[in-house]
Parts: sequence; structure tokens; C-alpha cells
Amino acid sequence: MTVQKIMDALQLTLVAGEKGLKKAITTGYVGDLLSSVMAHAQEGCVWLTIQGHLNIVAVASLVNISCIIVIQGATIQPDTIEKANEEHIPIFSTEYSAYEMVKKLVDIGVY
Amino acid sequence: MNLHYHVDGDAFIAAGEASSQVKKVLKQLGIAPHTIRKIAISMYEAEMNMVLHANGGDIHVEITPHKICITLKDEGPGIPDLELAMQEGYSTASQEIRELGFGAGMGLPNMKKYSDELSIRSEVGKGTEVEIIAWLP
Repeated sequence: MTVQKIMDALQLTLVAGEKGLKKAITTGYVGDLLSSVMAHAQEGCVWLTIQGHLNIVAVASLVNISCIIVIQGATIQPDTIEKANEEHIPIFSTEYSAYEMVKKLVDIGVY
Repeated sequence: MNLHYHVDGDAFIAAGEASSQVKKVLKQLGIAPHTIRKIAISMYEAEMNMVLHANGGDIHVEITPHKICITLKDEGPGIPDLELAMQEGYSTASQEIRELGFGAGMGLPNMKKYSDELSIRSEVGKGTEVEIIAWLP
């Protein structure tokens, strides 16, 4: 499974980090507390969060998260987009809740 | 190898930059991914604490064949009760900071968990010095 396959299968809106679309996806993680995400998100995961500020890119980059899905239409700051492009970390925006997104990810084989 | 970073206290949303730079250097040096992850987590937590609570400060990183030693110095308000601050869930962060996903009271516990040695010296009204060590195999 790759970031690109997830994007195509779930018709997600890519807002940043196009150069990271070939990255492999191993599993998923849901969380909004950054310390918790740092400690528990596995390398290569897709991360679902409601945070849209710049520090999500730092966290994803530091623990090698493959891509971020910002849920429930939460605002993604322009500097977040800029940094994600620099770091090649794809960020998607969705109107769905984390729960709905997890169901969809499991349906396409992200366990 | 020695690296120095100055961290601004007023641009907290942009913080994590020093930790990101150090991670890149460690990767270039061929340090094991497991060690890089430990350093990245503990240093990011310490860097964020310095920005969120102490108006920034200075970071010194020393890399030798045997260890990576990161020293973070600030001139912030200091930690009055270190034992209490080390407890998971304890935080003095504002509501505004909590809404951004910080202030869950996990920073210091994460620093302890992900470093091989952690020492914190703090004086109220003067500042805090944090030393994180990772031993290399």
C-alpha cells in the first residue's frame, strides 16, 4: 500500500507534499495530542488528526509518518502546507470524522 | 561534532526546527534509525518545553563515537517542583496551548522514556538546563 493508492481509492484531496506520494503505508494512527503521537505512531503510518498547524509536519517528519489526513475539514495553515511541501509529507483534507476515515482505510486494507 | 541552535520563544508554532535539523544530521552520519527516533522524540519534547514555557533558549549538541549529548539551556521561570512536573498528566500549559495538542503532561515523561540518561537542573526565576544523553553501541 502506498500514499498514492490511498489517495486514489478514497478520493482524498491532496493539499501538500505531492513529492511524498510514493511512500509506503504500514498502518494507521489517530491522535491530536502531539506528545502521544510522537510516542505511539509507528513509522510509515497514515496519521489522522484535527490539528492543522505547522507542528504536525515537524512531528510527522521526526518519527517518519508517511502522510497526514486532517479530518472534519479542519483548517490547514498556509505555513503547514509550505513546510509539508519542503519535507515531502503529503497532507490530505477530508470532511469525514476520524472514525469514518478509519473504517474506509480498513476497507481498503490499511490495518 | 558540535552543533548549536538558538530557539526563539515567540514563534512557538514554528518550533521543532532544531530537532528536525539534528535528525537530518544523525541520518547523514548513519546513526541507527532506532537511536534517531529516541533522540528525535526526546529532543523535540525538550525543545517544545523551552519554547512553550521558557521563551526559548539555546541548544548544544555534541556527537562523539560513543554518545550523543544534547544540552538545552533557558532563562525561563524554572520548575518549582520537578518531581510533580515529571508525573504523567501534570501540566501548567494554558488552554490555548492545549488546544494545539500540547500540554498533555507527557513531555517530561517522554523525555525520560526516550533518553538513556536525563538530567534536569532548574532554579525558580533563573532557568532550566536539560541534558539528554543517548549512548551509541
